[in-house]
Amino acid sequence: MELQTLTYIVVGITFATYIGIAFWARAGSTKEFYVAGGGIHPIANGMATAADWMSAASFISMAGLIAFFGYGGSVFLMGWTGGYVLLAMCLAPYLRKYGKFTVPEFIGDRFYSKTARIVAVVCLIVASLTYVIGQMKGIGVAFSRFLEVDYGTGLLTGMGIVFFYAVMGGMKGITYTQIVQYCVLIFAYTIPAVFISLHLTGNPIPQLGLGSTMVGSDTFLLDRLDQVISQLGFSEYTTHARLSTTNMFVYTMSLMIGTAGLPHVIIRFFTVPKVKDARTSAGWALVFITILYTTAPAVAAMARLNLMNTIQPAAGENLAYADRPDWFKKWETTGLLKFEDKNGDGLIQYTADKKTNEMVKVDRDIMVLANPEIAQLPNWVIALVAAGGLAAALSTAAGLLLAIASSISHDLLKGIFKPEITEKNELLASRVAMGGAIAFAGYLGFNPPDFAAGTVALAFGLAASSIFPVLMMGIFSKKVSKEGAIAGMIAGIGVTLLYVFQHKGIMFIASTSFMGDMPANWFFGIEPNAFGAIGAVINFTVAFAVSKVTARPPQHVQDLVEHIRIPSGVGEAQAH
Amino acid sequence: MQENNNEKAAAYWQYNIKLMLKLLVIWFFVSFVCGILLVDELNQIHIGGYKLGFWFAQQGSMYTFVVLVFYYAKKMAALDRKFGLEE
Repeated sequence: MELQTLTYIVVGITFATYIGIAFWARAGSTKEFYVAGGGIHPIANGMATAADWMSAASFISMAGLIAFFGYGGSVFLMGWTGGYVLLAMCLAPYLRKYGKFTVPEFIGDRFYSKTARIVAVVCLIVASLTYVIGQMKGIGVAFSRFLEVDYGTGLLTGMGIVFFYAVMGGMKGITYTQIVQYCVLIFAYTIPAVFISLHLTGNPIPQLGLGSTMVGSDTFLLDRLDQVISQLGFSEYTTHARLSTTNMFVYTMSLMIGTAGLPHVIIRFFTVPKVKDARTSAGWALVFITILYTTAPAVAAMARLNLMNTIQPAAGENLAYADRPDWFKKWETTGLLKFEDKNGDGLIQYTADKKTNEMVKVDRDIMVLANPEIAQLPNWVIALVAAGGLAAALSTAAGLLLAIASSISHDLLKGIFKPEITEKNELLASRVAMGGAIAFAGYLGFNPPDFAAGTVALAFGLAASSIFPVLMMGIFSKKVSKEGAIAGMIAGIGVTLLYVFQHKGIMFIASTSFMGDMPANWFFGIEPNAFGAIGAVINFTVAFAVSKVTARPPQHVQDLVEHIRIPSGVGEAQAH
Repeated sequence: MQENNNEKAAAYWQYNIKLMLKLLVIWFFVSFVCGILLVDELNQIHIGGYKLGFWFAQQGSMYTFVVLVFYYAKKMAALDRKFGLEE
C-alpha cells in the first residue's frame, strides 16, 4: 500500500482511540480533573508516567542528538533517567503522603506563606511553558513530515489537535490515554530498531546489537562508525565529550534534578492510592522509560552509520544528487534538510569542514523519523513511527498543559484570588488556561530557540534551580523558613534565567542577547542549558543563609514535616 | 504513648535516610564517576564492541537506576511493616 495512505490509516486509528478514551473518561469533578480521583494502579500509573515523560524530545529528538554528539549525548540518557532515582527516594512518597493536588500547594503550606505559593506557581509556569515550546517544535516536525507540508502548517495543525485533546479529558482522561500512547510509542520506537539492528549486526536486540560486530565482518559496529566519521573530519563517536567534563557533569546533574523537580511528573504520583505505591510506581515508570532509553543509543549510532553509508557508500565514492532517495526529497520539502552543490560536481559531499560540506542543513530532529526510510524498512513500520512520534508529543503536551492549568486555576484562582469559586467554574478556568498556554507556546514554537531536546533541557534547568531545591528543603529540613524558601527560589531561577537570557536572548529572541551565545563568555565553560544545577546550588545556599537569620517555622509546620515523613495516617489526595 | 510513637518515627526516619544515602552513593558512582569522570580510563577496557566507560554512560547506569529504585521500594515496604507504620 502507498506510504501516505498507510500512514493516514495508522495515525487515524490511534487518534480515534485516544479521543474515544478521552471522551469515555472525561473528568466531571476537579478531583478527577487534577489527580484522576487518586485510584490508579502503580503499574498503570508507571506506564502513564512514562508516556507523560517521554515527549517529542525523547522520541524524536534525543536519538538525533546522540547520533550527532555521540558520547556527548549521554547527558540526556543519564540525566533523564537518573532523576527518577531522586524522585522515588527523595520526593514522591512524601508528597503523596501530603496528599494535595498541586506542587505549589505543598510549597505554600510547608512554607506557611501565600507569597511562597505564588513564587512557586510562577517558577512552575516558566519551566512548564519552556517545556511545552520544545514539544511544539517536535509536533511541528512530526506533522509537517506526516502531512508533507511546511513546518508552520504542521505546527498549526498539531496545535489544533492538542487543544481539542487536552482540554477535554483532564488527568483522568489523560492517564488512560497515556497508557495506550505508551504502547503505541514503545512499539513504534523498538520495532524499527530491531529491524535495523538485525540488518546491520544480525542481533535482534538493539542494546546488544550496538555492541556487536557488523554482519559479514569482524569489525564492531561502533568501531566502524568511529572510523567512518573520523575520516570525514568529524570527531570520534564513542569518546567525544560535550564541550568538557565539567560541562557534562553539570549538565547531567541539571537534567536529573530538573526531572525530579518538574511538576507534571510529580503530580503523577498524586494519582496512586498509597505511599508504598508511589515508590513502586516510580520504579515501573523507570522500567518503561529505560526500555526506550537503552534502545535510543542503538538507534542513534545505527542511524548515523546508515546516513553516512547512503551519502558515501564507500570511501571516495559519493552519492549523486540526482540519484538521491525518496526520503531525501521529502525532507527537503519540509525545509529541514538542505543540499547546496558548492563545487558543482553534482555529487553530495558531507564533511565536518564548513567550506566543503554540501549538506548545509541536517536538522537533528529528523533523524528518528527518517531512520526507517534511510534503512529502507517496510512502509507499515514508517507509518508506525509517525504515529509513535505524535503519541509522544501529544501525551507530554497534555500532561504539561494540565500542570499549567491546575496551577493557574487551583493555586492562583481558588487558592489565592477567589477562594469562593465553584468547582464548575474552577474546571472552566483550567480549560481556558490550557487554551491560552497552547496559543502562547505555539507562537514561540514558530521561533524555537534551539533543537527540541535543547529547549526542553532548558526547562529542566529552570525546574532544577527553583522547584527541586525548595521541595527537598521542605521535606528534609525543619529549619528552612518561608523567607529562606522565597529568597532561595527567586535567587535560583533568577540566576539561571539571567544566564540563559544573556546568552540566548530575552525570551529567546536571539538579537536581544547581551553577552552573545559565545562559549568564551560561559562561566567555567558551562553551556546555558546546563546551568540549572548551579542555580540549584545558589537556591540552597541562599535559603539556608536566610533561614539562619529569620524566625524558625512555627510548630504546626514542623509537625507537618514529621507527618509526611511516615506513611501511616495517609488520606486520599484531597482538596482543603 | 505519644512519646513512644515519636521515637519510633524518628528511628524509622533515621533508617530511611541511611538507606537512601547508601543507594545514592551507588547512583552517583555509576553515572557521574563511571560515565563521566573516569570515562577515559574505563574506555581502555572493552566488553564486546562497547568501550566500558561509554557503556556505563549509555547503558549500564540506566539498568542500575532501575535496580536501585525497586530495591528501595522493597526495603521500605519491609520497614513500614517492621515499624507498624503501614497505611
